[in-house]
Amino acid sequence: MKTTDEWLDGEIGAQLSEQIEACGIDRRGFIKFAVGITAAMGLPLGMAGRVMAAVEEAALKPPVIWLHFQECTGCTESLLRATHPTLEQLILEMVSLDYSETLLAAAGHQAEAALADSLKQNAGKFILVVEGSVPTKDNGIYCKVAGQTPQQMLARIAPRAAAAIAIGSCASWGGVQSADPNPTGAVGLAEALKIEGITKADGSALPVVSLPGCPASPYNFLQTVLYYLTMQALPELDDKGRPKFAYGRLIHDNCERRPHFDAGRFAEQFGDEGHRQGWCLYKLGCKGPETYANCPAIEFGDVGGNSWPVGVGHPCFGCAEQGVGFHKALHEQADVKKVTPPTFFPGVFAEHGGGATLASAALAGAVLGGATVYGVSAYQRLKKAEAESAESDKEVEKTS
Amino acid sequence: MSINRRGFLKGVAAGALTTLGTGALIEPADARPPKQLPPGAVGILYDATQCIGCKACEVACKAANDLPPELNSPLEQIHGVSGVWDASDDLDSRTMNKIKAYAAQAAADASGTPEVSYVKRACMHCVDPNCISACPVSALTKDPDTGIVGYNPDACIGCRYCQLACPFNIPKFEYDKPFPKIVKCQMCRDRIADGDIPACCAACPTGASLFGPVAELREEAHRRLAAKPGTSLTYPIHRLPEADAKPDPAAQKDAPAPAYTQHIYGETETGGTQYMLLADVPFDKLGLPRLGSESQARISETLQHALYGGMIAPTLLLGGLVYAAYKHTHEDAEEDGQDGDSSTDDPTPGGTPAKTDARRPGGRS
Repeated sequence: MKTTDEWLDGEIGAQLSEQIEACGIDRRGFIKFAVGITAAMGLPLGMAGRVMAAVEEAALKPPVIWLHFQECTGCTESLLRATHPTLEQLILEMVSLDYSETLLAAAGHQAEAALADSLKQNAGKFILVVEGSVPTKDNGIYCKVAGQTPQQMLARIAPRAAAAIAIGSCASWGGVQSADPNPTGAVGLAEALKIEGITKADGSALPVVSLPGCPASPYNFLQTVLYYLTMQALPELDDKGRPKFAYGRLIHDNCERRPHFDAGRFAEQFGDEGHRQGWCLYKLGCKGPETYANCPAIEFGDVGGNSWPVGVGHPCFGCAEQGVGFHKALHEQADVKKVTPPTFFPGVFAEHGGGATLASAALAGAVLGGATVYGVSAYQRLKKAEAESAESDKEVEKTS
Repeated sequence: MSINRRGFLKGVAAGALTTLGTGALIEPADARPPKQLPPGAVGILYDATQCIGCKACEVACKAANDLPPELNSPLEQIHGVSGVWDASDDLDSRTMNKIKAYAAQAAADASGTPEVSYVKRACMHCVDPNCISACPVSALTKDPDTGIVGYNPDACIGCRYCQLACPFNIPKFEYDKPFPKIVKCQMCRDRIADGDIPACCAACPTGASLFGPVAELREEAHRRLAAKPGTSLTYPIHRLPEADAKPDPAAQKDAPAPAYTQHIYGETETGGTQYMLLADVPFDKLGLPRLGSESQARISETLQHALYGGMIAPTLLLGGLVYAAYKHTHEDAEEDGQDGDSSTDDPTPGGTPAKTDARRPGGRS
């Protein structure tokens, strides 16, 4: 296997260079892409050689079966528009996309025949990609492809897969369909497999990589596939099945507006001075402090210039986070997951207890004054009563 | 029972005699010897001139000690947010370690730059701690080896004497909890037991918080004070290197020596502390009180031990009081008897008048 340096010095293999040429990419552009994607995967840069080798030697071309359930095809669309040197072509030629309802040239019975063929040929080897949620109510009749519900398709296909990737929030945890009142009982792929009790043919659990986001960042998908090609294993996942290289940190942690948050500079409403100055959008309902994703790091649409929601002045919607996106109102303030000290510093001598305010002093004065008046009048009345009683005593004595 | 002049004077005299007598009986007690630094004492040297105010130590401290954030602070109220920052302005029951800032525009030097310094406040881990002296149940103890002042919540009775005793205002009490504890830095003693260093020192990126044996930290501090301002000085990061270890370039940095205030705060204060500070501004500006080199615990314990030595003085005092009380009540009884005799001579007509009448102003007329 060549090292990164050898790659940078040497020639790219014949097969890949043909492909690259066909795509109109120069060698330098390809190496830049490979090094960048290696870093994004959280691998050491020295691994770039292995990544490039995997890209070149993708002779095994892992077959991919791509299923669409309850969704809008936005994830496929955004993947198609991944424009790091026309990457989708590169990737689609590295993997063998045997079945995809969107991209397949064939249709109808022909497409279903391709699926059946691939299942037979690649049993236990293919990667299952699922886009969209699984309706659990009424046995899933709300979504049917070729007369089959998602449950039936999963029962037929999932046991023969090597691994599964749930792309988008719908496939990860239910997405927009799972918003209250969730009429179809939409759940994500991992949950659906659990409910249906679907495992691999040998009884072990089918590993599911969740890539939430609405749409999921295409590069997170490409990096996951490349990682699998390079390492022959799935990337490290968190407890929600998300790859840590992409979903390991809060949006808040990498946000370019974070210093404003720490310094207490908030946009109070859309279009106000703070909003124009690019201050923190927390008070407008930004869900960055409770959403795990790498949006601020890789942005969207490959055009640069802070082209992601917070970058263009809109609070994060939390689309990638279960229980946040499509569940919390846009303006609702986020629960800050990692509470840290602000950038202000307390003074050396902190004043505590607040001291007396004018109002409290006035109140105390009023109480005191009232008590004095009451005391004086009570004393006078007592004195009077005593004098009267002495008078009456004298009278009693006189009469006796 | 009324006390007449004679009885009162007798009591005073008896009490005074007792006290004098006991005072004469006890030899003037020797002052308690000052406590010495344990041989394996570890500590922290905080160099305010190297602190960049990043608060990584605060965050690491909270994580290492599992402390909840302090929410809805005055600062949050000012900014109209809540649950956003861990924004306490001082040490409290959820904050064992606080970076504070001192800035004085008025004290600007010739170049016009204001005098600015950070200061990290946490338990000083005194060599002779007042809190331990004040604690009636030994809930606070000093580790005989490391010298770390530790806290045992199972022994604590919540009297909060330690709070009053501490000259640095360090121990904090969980007033908001039904079963409150005292909260203070224990120098991450669990981490140290595992061979690790305190979380604040591990997190500090500049070596401003430096962990090491106290004796060596003092040497290091003197080395820094001795450096001519402007000359290059090597600062270890995280912890002092072992004496025979190879210098690790990743664990040290070179920086020009600042014009230090020629004093190590904590070298002598209250008999010395294991958390020591260096700064380039006067320490009282950083909220560190001017304290003598004598531990208040030593003074108060000397006094107490003298008064209670062998329980002689309290025994004599009690004896004297009992005697005075007995004597007094005896005389009282005699006087009461005479009073009784005189009451028979009361010339009130019509036999014994009703008491209520007798009290009336016109009753005896």
